[in-house]
Amino acid sequence: MTTSHSSAPNAPKSKTDLFWSFTFLALQGFGGVLAVVQRELVDKKQWLTLDEFVEDWAVAQIMPGPNVVNLALMIGGRCFGLAGALAALAGLLLAPTIVVLLLAAAVAGFADTAVAQGMLRGMGAVSAGLIAAVGIKLMGALKNNPMGMMTCIAIGALTFIAIGLLRLPLAWVLLSLGPLASVWAAHCIKQRGAA
Amino acid sequence: MLDLSLADWLSLFTHFMSLSLLAVGGAITTAPDIHRYLVDETHWLSDAQFTSSIALAQGAPGPNVMFIALMGWNVGLNAAGGLGAGWPAVALALWGVCITMIGILIPSCTLTFVATRWAHQNREMLAVKAFKSGMAPLVIALLIATGWLLTGKHENPAQDWPMWAVSAISTLIVWKTKTHLLWLLAAGALLGGLGLI
Repeated sequence: MTTSHSSAPNAPKSKTDLFWSFTFLALQGFGGVLAVVQRELVDKKQWLTLDEFVEDWAVAQIMPGPNVVNLALMIGGRCFGLAGALAALAGLLLAPTIVVLLLAAAVAGFADTAVAQGMLRGMGAVSAGLIAAVGIKLMGALKNNPMGMMTCIAIGALTFIAIGLLRLPLAWVLLSLGPLASVWAAHCIKQRGAA
Repeated sequence: MLDLSLADWLSLFTHFMSLSLLAVGGAITTAPDIHRYLVDETHWLSDAQFTSSIALAQGAPGPNVMFIALMGWNVGLNAAGGLGAGWPAVALALWGVCITMIGILIPSCTLTFVATRWAHQNREMLAVKAFKSGMAPLVIALLIATGWLLTGKHENPAQDWPMWAVSAISTLIVWKTKTHLLWLLAAGALLGGLGLI
């Protein structure tokens, strides 16, 4: 099963390629891997277009489990089936597990010091910015959305208010706004097909 | 030193398996329940070990789910009586890593793999297309909200404005330039380590 429908210029060459690509990006991802995934897979390797990345990310987000793990399973599985999914998953998890355990053994005690706490704070502030920037970049993909830009902005604004300002639980927001938006999207796709 | 029976390890495994399908929005959403189970109920993990597992996983490369591996590691170490016990302690700690990581991953990975394969095979179906298009603005807004929340958890503006500035500047740099992300993180660690933010 290859990505013949895909309009992305490139695809992973082999399971080994998948494994090492995910190892490489996992080891660059401090405070979460998402920002690196977007930059590596869309901007650099071009395995996915921005539109495809948004679609895949929507699914990865809605499924239970770590988002980036889900994304790795999806990309690996689409190219090389179960073996591909496992290769991507192993790449994503193996090296970081070894690194974090070595780190735990080495710095036992250091993690609680003021300097370490300060460093984590600083990296946290930066990674907050990285995640927000990925969101801003992905907004470009909404241009092709069948619901139209204005509706997308309205849905996005509602989501932001619910999660960012009102701090409602994620599951509530996804389960209430998600089906509404999907039904409206279905309506728009049908209309566009009829026109 | 803890004394964990085979039944205890099994209960640890099944507990993480049951959490797996509840982890919508990432593994970190299960942290409060893990705290209740490992720290408050069973006392297999100390409060300090719990907190430093999360902090360390955030400071290390890789997905955030690594904090689960560290918790398994620490439970194993506690069961062996600490790193001082030598290689048997390392072996038991690695066993703990396998138990917690495989437990948290198997259910959600199986579901994701099967469901997304079905969705890919039926990608021309209206429901699949509508789901992906309808969810797109939601998940994009969710990312921006996550960035906002991570920045905004510091409640004192007069004191915390440098944190906000660092977040805003890094957003701009990532958005507009191709600067390597590691440079930005290193700069953040440096500013934080020196106590400037």
